[in-house]
Amino acid sequence: MKNFLICLFIILIPTKTLSLIEVDITRGNLDPLPLAVSPLSIDEDSKKNFENILKKKNIGSEISIIVENNLRTSGLFNPLNKDAFLQAPDIANLKPRFEDWNLIKAQALITGRVSYVEEKLRVEFRLWDVLAGKEMMALAFTTVPNNWRRVGHIITDKVYERLTGEKGYFDTRIIYVAEEGPKTQRVKKLAIMDQDGANNKFLTLGNELVLTPRFNPTSQMVTYLSYFRNLPRVYLLDIETGTQEVVGDFPGMTFAPRFSPNGKKIIMSFAKDGNSEIYTMDLENRIVEKITNHPSIDTSPSYSPDGNFISFNSDRSGYQQIYVMKSDGSNVKRISFGKGIYGTPVWSPRGDLIAFTKLHKGKFYIGVMRTDGSGERLLTENYYQEAPSWSPNGRVLIFYRETKTDSKGKGFSAKLWSIDLTGYNERLVSTPTDGSDPSWSSLLSN
Amino acid sequence: MSEGATMKFNKILKNTFLVLVACFALSACATQKVSTGQMQGDVYTGTDTVEYLASGVPDRVFFATNESVLTTASRETLRKQAAWLRKNSNITIVLEGHADERGTREYNLALGERRANAAKDYLMTYGISSDRISVLSYGKERPVDSGSNPLAWSKNRRSVSVKAN
Repeated sequence: MKNFLICLFIILIPTKTLSLIEVDITRGNLDPLPLAVSPLSIDEDSKKNFENILKKKNIGSEISIIVENNLRTSGLFNPLNKDAFLQAPDIANLKPRFEDWNLIKAQALITGRVSYVEEKLRVEFRLWDVLAGKEMMALAFTTVPNNWRRVGHIITDKVYERLTGEKGYFDTRIIYVAEEGPKTQRVKKLAIMDQDGANNKFLTLGNELVLTPRFNPTSQMVTYLSYFRNLPRVYLLDIETGTQEVVGDFPGMTFAPRFSPNGKKIIMSFAKDGNSEIYTMDLENRIVEKITNHPSIDTSPSYSPDGNFISFNSDRSGYQQIYVMKSDGSNVKRISFGKGIYGTPVWSPRGDLIAFTKLHKGKFYIGVMRTDGSGERLLTENYYQEAPSWSPNGRVLIFYRETKTDSKGKGFSAKLWSIDLTGYNERLVSTPTDGSDPSWSSLLSN
Repeated sequence: MSEGATMKFNKILKNTFLVLVACFALSACATQKVSTGQMQGDVYTGTDTVEYLASGVPDRVFFATNESVLTTASRETLRKQAAWLRKNSNITIVLEGHADERGTREYNLALGERRANAAKDYLMTYGISSDRISVLSYGKERPVDSGSNPLAWSKNRRSVSVKAN
């Protein structure tokens, strides 16, 4: 946990200038903002020290590459090729020659400096408005050298927030299920990685089937389904310590777990005698409450961010549809009325939308609707895809997609994909093995 | 060739083409019929994947899409299992419920559980004590056929009785 602490001091008060740059993220952005990420400058001594510790030749360049990649994958920015840069990084950080940056059509410029101070990594960076010729933001922070990738993510978050007006989602992690082997005998392990795919780590060995890991929005805890000893049960896992425990004492399968927004409860399904109902368990006093009471399948529960409502899917109408109820189980209302079947509702962290999976005429869709079911919008269509999970700022969805096999049953794969809320910027999220059931963490530094 | 003749010739070509297309379509239907011969509605009726608990006692029953209703054939299979279990009173079984790949993971876990319980309830009405039957749902996690077609899916929508001891 210590590793995750990062000291963040604002050394320069953000300059209060009216900026000319504004990035509209509410519509599909077909014209990403051109900007220049000048490599962070570094003095020779610091360079040597970091090379010894981190085995990286120039940590300044490495960090700026992370920022560049993050900005590019957001789909909102177009980081320009460094070969075209005219000004040296150290001088640019002191005082950019705006004409030079204007010449290569950069509208914004990021400069900075890394140094080695008392065994720590100190970074300062500045965001410049090239057209206005003004500084928009300047920040500095210090952390342990091993956190250098996170430094790149935090810089991106700050730049994203300054330019779009909304919080970023770059200093985050994804937990997912890593998959290998033939379709009929998949081996599945829990895995975790940074949002950009770096630092991939397997958390279980693959001895038992594991499914649907989900982050606690307030800590580094995860809840998931494990078939340990062939008893499918909901478990809790502390990522930092590796300790695991089964949630509750249920005489049958528990599944489809998620945390409540304050992280204090688990909501999940319990299946018994052919009937699945939704239950909560308070993690402090272990009190279990039954929330639904219906002979149909009630599963895939997800809380609203204020904790007052729960969305879930049920086949009480004959087919799988999405419902919303109060968190005590009262006032159950069906909200999905379009053609097809609907499942896996997930409430947006902003509270205004519910993401879902839809099956209609043999195709699977990821979509969003308002919490009363109106304004349905389908973002992507495929042979098979499901299980959207929101970025913490509610702008991006990550989900998984499976391929159709050929006539011999070969060619199966499962991959993670992300897409913008606007339906643009669909991207493969690459993982070392196949992957499914992704869950996005909240921002690590807040 | 005059213009009229060319047109006529074209028409003949077109018609021949249509006939050819029709032939293809029919033969496609014919080959599909062979495979759907293993399904009634969309319930699997073949024996490709079936194993036997004992001679004449099939280990599995199949379901229609989204359904957990036992068909006539399923009930017959389960009656054979019940008779065999009555004769071998020391044996306990696990009913493993499964779904096809065309559903969301969590719903399919619930559906697999519902299917296995449909089989369990039927065995119980034929005198098998619930102590001897446990239920385990795999949802869509353990298909027997990795195909992405209706026949493969029908084989995967199943409840399998597995000896536990």
